[in-house]
Amino acid sequence: MKKIINDPETVVQDALRGMQAAHSDLLTVHHDPAVVVRADAPVQGKVAIISGGGSGHEPLHGGFVGRGMLDAACPGAVFTSPTPDQVLDAVARTDGGAGALLIVKNYTGDVLNFETAGEMAESEVRSVVIDDDVAVKDSLYTAGRRGVGGTVLLEKIVGAAAERGDDLAACEALASRVIGSVRSMGLALTACTVPHAGTPSFELADDEMEIGIGIHGEPGRQRVRAGTASEMVSALLEPVLEDLPFAAGDRVLLFTNSMGGTPLIELYLAHGIAEQLLADRGITVERRLVGSYITSLEMQGMSLTLLRLDDEMIELWDAPVHTPALRWGV
Amino acid sequence: MGCTAADVVAALRAAAEVVKEHRDELVRLDQAIGDGDHGENLRRGFTAVLSRLDTEEPAAPGKVLKLVATTLISTVGGAAGPLYGTAFLRASAAVGDLEELDRDAVARALQAALDGVVARGKAVVGDKTMVDALTPAVAAAASVDGSVAAVLSAAADAAAEGAESTVPMVARKGRASYLGERSAGHLDPGARSTSLLLRAFADAAAKA
Repeated sequence: MKKIINDPETVVQDALRGMQAAHSDLLTVHHDPAVVVRADAPVQGKVAIISGGGSGHEPLHGGFVGRGMLDAACPGAVFTSPTPDQVLDAVARTDGGAGALLIVKNYTGDVLNFETAGEMAESEVRSVVIDDDVAVKDSLYTAGRRGVGGTVLLEKIVGAAAERGDDLAACEALASRVIGSVRSMGLALTACTVPHAGTPSFELADDEMEIGIGIHGEPGRQRVRAGTASEMVSALLEPVLEDLPFAAGDRVLLFTNSMGGTPLIELYLAHGIAEQLLADRGITVERRLVGSYITSLEMQGMSLTLLRLDDEMIELWDAPVHTPALRWGV
Repeated sequence: MGCTAADVVAALRAAAEVVKEHRDELVRLDQAIGDGDHGENLRRGFTAVLSRLDTEEPAAPGKVLKLVATTLISTVGGAAGPLYGTAFLRASAAVGDLEELDRDAVARALQAALDGVVARGKAVVGDKTMVDALTPAVAAAASVDGSVAAVLSAAADAAAEGAESTVPMVARKGRASYLGERSAGHLDPGARSTSLLLRAFADAAAKA
């Protein structure tokens, strides 16, 4: 294992210290328990939007803390959900009197820890669970679909709604609408190495790719020969399109995401193919996001996310946002 | 002979040692069908338990168990944090303020721990989780006569067998469930850690 770290044990707190140094105008990092909080929190009268999850997916979630997106993020250990006391601390630091909405990705650990925190919180707290990964089928016999790329879009859109003054019930309803309209799927060309494990989480031959991966280095559903970019894009996009289903005439946001190790040149290449494929289907790409926003450490690979947009979602997507990782309109 | 707060503390110290010894094994098991954090998360949690036991001296067994519960909930994360935390919390409630635990109290605590894990995680036997180790352990504990050590030893034996039974199972809960059929052929890390903890408690009770 070769990584830019001092000690596997302190990776997360060491990174958080650097994040504080880099973005002290936007956020404040608290330790014990670890919570990344918007610099001007609590904002009086505003619903607090809080998320969190294992570390290793940067910029998710701490990189989305700031005006127009998250009020707080709770970073767990690498690929490990945060603990209830982190979530409780985040709620206490950000509740401006209008309650808090917890955005939870659908993983057993995340759901259990956020659920425990929700039961213990003294503020009014609601939570929504995002499960946009179409790679997981058969939901009666699994922990259900995972929360992946759609989480980024959800946090942006609901964050904008809270910023304009929507109340808790409205934020929760909007979140449910976004969750109902977004689907994703990802693939890996390489595995990733969790610092405390020291070895890759799975082995892939040079000519293989893993289709339907999650964001924790867990293997996917299917291992196939790595083909061309066009084959890869359609291997991801077809199941996404079929699932909702998306249809001709739909207006969408297309989010082409790197798993961390795929360079932008390949990502743009894939994005161009995806745009063409959607145009061929009569689907209008109204907004797009391309880059590394929800990652799996240094994994090479990508995910594609489609969100079916309505006018309100477009307005909220375009609204000003000022965070380390997303910034426009300011 | 009953089991005092000091005995429970000794059992937990032994358990922490076992978790440390088996950290890498649990990481490897979890890498195969999960995300590879189980061994490290438990090591972190039980290390935190040890340092609290170094500075605090809870007077009753139930209070020791509660200290373990709150420490695990706030330090482990993942699914194991809330699940083991809930298990110890329910076990603590089940023994109340008793100064010494007899065999019935221990069996009751195990049953309460299982009920808590099932309520929180919603898993049933056959889902390839810690429930597959804990359920037969509780049944064995309830059916054995004799000392606390005998009860825990029967529970540990049954848990080991229960953990082994997860190998051919297809996971239906937790992150391993994403693998579908590919999860078969692997020992479930949560069932394994449950079996290790019960064995450590049993060995400590035999020495007490």
